[in-house]
Amino acid sequence: MKAQAIPEPKAGALISEHAPHRSFLSKFQRWEWMLVGLILLDIFITTQRSPFFLDARNLSRTSSDFMEIGLMMLPMVFIIITGNIDLSVASNMGMSASLMGLLHNMGVNIWVAALAGLLLGTLGGFLNGYLVARVKLPALVVTLGTYAFFRGIAYGFLGDQAARGYPEAFTYFGQGKVFGSLVPFSVALFIVLAVIFGLVLHRTTFGRYLYSIGNNENATLYSGVPVARIKFIIYTLSGFMAALAGLILAARFGSTRPDIGTGLELAVITAVVLGGVDINGGKGTMLGATLSLFLIGLMRFGMGLLNIQGQVQGIVVGFLLILSILLPGVAGQISSLKNTRIHWQSLLIGLGVLAVFIAFFLFFFWSRALVISGG
Amino acid sequence: MTVQNPPAVQRSSISRNGLLWTLVRFREAGISVFILILVVAVTLRAPSFLTVDNFEDILLNISILTIVALAQTMVIITHGIDLSVSSMIGLVAMMVAFVLKQNSELPVLFAVVLAMALGTVLGSFNGLIITFGKVPPIIATLGTLSIFRGMVFYYSQGTWINSFELPRTFKLLSKGTPLGLPNMVIIAIIVAVIVYYFLNYTRTGRDIYAVGSNPDAAQFAGIRKQRIVFLVYMISGLLSGLAAVMWVSRFESAQTNTALGFELQTVAASVVGGVSISGGVGTVPGVLLGALLLGIIQNSLTLIRISPFWQLAAQGLLILIAVISDKWILSRVERTRK
Repeated sequence: MKAQAIPEPKAGALISEHAPHRSFLSKFQRWEWMLVGLILLDIFITTQRSPFFLDARNLSRTSSDFMEIGLMMLPMVFIIITGNIDLSVASNMGMSASLMGLLHNMGVNIWVAALAGLLLGTLGGFLNGYLVARVKLPALVVTLGTYAFFRGIAYGFLGDQAARGYPEAFTYFGQGKVFGSLVPFSVALFIVLAVIFGLVLHRTTFGRYLYSIGNNENATLYSGVPVARIKFIIYTLSGFMAALAGLILAARFGSTRPDIGTGLELAVITAVVLGGVDINGGKGTMLGATLSLFLIGLMRFGMGLLNIQGQVQGIVVGFLLILSILLPGVAGQISSLKNTRIHWQSLLIGLGVLAVFIAFFLFFFWSRALVISGG
Repeated sequence: MTVQNPPAVQRSSISRNGLLWTLVRFREAGISVFILILVVAVTLRAPSFLTVDNFEDILLNISILTIVALAQTMVIITHGIDLSVSSMIGLVAMMVAFVLKQNSELPVLFAVVLAMALGTVLGSFNGLIITFGKVPPIIATLGTLSIFRGMVFYYSQGTWINSFELPRTFKLLSKGTPLGLPNMVIIAIIVAVIVYYFLNYTRTGRDIYAVGSNPDAAQFAGIRKQRIVFLVYMISGLLSGLAAVMWVSRFESAQTNTALGFELQTVAASVVGGVSISGGVGTVPGVLLGALLLGIIQNSLTLIRISPFWQLAAQGLLILIAVISDKWILSRVERTRK
């Protein structure tokens, strides 16, 4: 009796308090539409500023620039939906591509070398899966370790050497177009795989299990789902896809150095999270992630046309990532503030914080101007 | 029979696993043993390892790592993570180096205070996004990781500051040895002592553990959770600022890629030192040992002539081994406890 009596009024209060805002927030959560809007906005702004943006050949070339990120993103969506993470993908890609490069330098047939790279990458993913699923170590710790380990192996393989001179049949995978059309091979591959991954996620039991693990791992385990095996599978898959992305990146560059793809793991995670996948697991769609990948790609391409340095573009992408989570949260915060009176003390603190940030930026620009203008 | 059995089993397993129990009571014991084994093994291969000079070298190399890893530890204890430390170091390093280039007669202490102030502002920005904006720490700091790094490029326009552009007294800040040990090592020790005292003997310090081990209980106990979380990110910025000024002084340059990738090393030092990524657990001595282990690994791999290209792989492998063995010891103990 008591146990029933307590939650009931709470639930009632919750609904009456938040019902008016829920419609607004749920609209915000149609994140895919938001992304489509942002893509259109980006296209609009950039075409105003540069005539080269809406050029089919340019777009086709630029789209192949972020397909490696896309290939690694597909299994990352699975992993993040289960509430885990894989920081080692870019290192794995470096390791696989370096093994291929090493074997190629030693005179091994390129297809055998590529196959060896794929195998090694899959093995790397298998190691992650084993440590996460069987040894039950936190995913962040495991993949942080393999992040250093895999990249280290890449350096071990190639040292300060580079592998180059891949045959044209191989570089086709990175540079070629699908028969006579303008669509690069890697883009076609990505789209086919994205559809397959999307179907697996949204139309199969396996996909439902992923969400269920992300929402409540223990409950999923107790309802008889082989949680460990599923984690094993997705990490191994992530390793395979990272290796595939590594081969395509090597084919696109026409060469391999051991530092190939350094830092891409953050780009992959950014694309997934910006796509509306909850970093705590249980929520997100493949379509959202794919849209956000194209949004980031188009934005970077557009900013490149407007002569904004690659690293400075990171500022915009970083803000976009934070704002995508921040805006819905702050909207809720402000709407809940309406009912409470704002204390003068907190207002003062807010103003103080603002003043500090303004002071920081004044100093930022002032100290910079002295040196930049002085040469 | 069934009633009598459990106590008997328990008693025998305790005496059988006396070593394991010590390992649990002192979480740091496991990593200490690991360090000892490593030291003995390396000394057998390369006797020059066990010399005062070499250890001074190791300490010098890990002091920056130690300072930032301690900050990272406080963040991780609250069940957060700060991936942006490397970019904060890069940005503060560049700004301080620019100021020093313009005004070479500025007192060294001013540069240190300035760096810590700048770092604090950056850290508070993280703290605000995470507490007021309710953005998960990993996302917030992933975002600022690329924002701050982008600001380094925008700020410097791709240029860098060379050794000859920095005042001599400033370059001696990290390497000078008026007290016997290099200043930088002493600063790291002071920071460690302060953080140790703060985490163990102050109310706010204990609150950090409380927030990390059970946020709801902490809230009910009257701890202002948001303030504590904000505080740890602010401290992380402050110590990153300190690390930045040390970095510029030690390497005598500020580049656009200063400290690139350093964030993962700091997380590694904390985790190897026994800080739990799920919050609430972690000690200062543990982190110091974690940083020391990373430093010894790096140093000894060079001494035993492992090709520099394989060193990163060996480092990664040893981190994995340290984490796995720690987990293995814990699970063994848990089994005997049952």
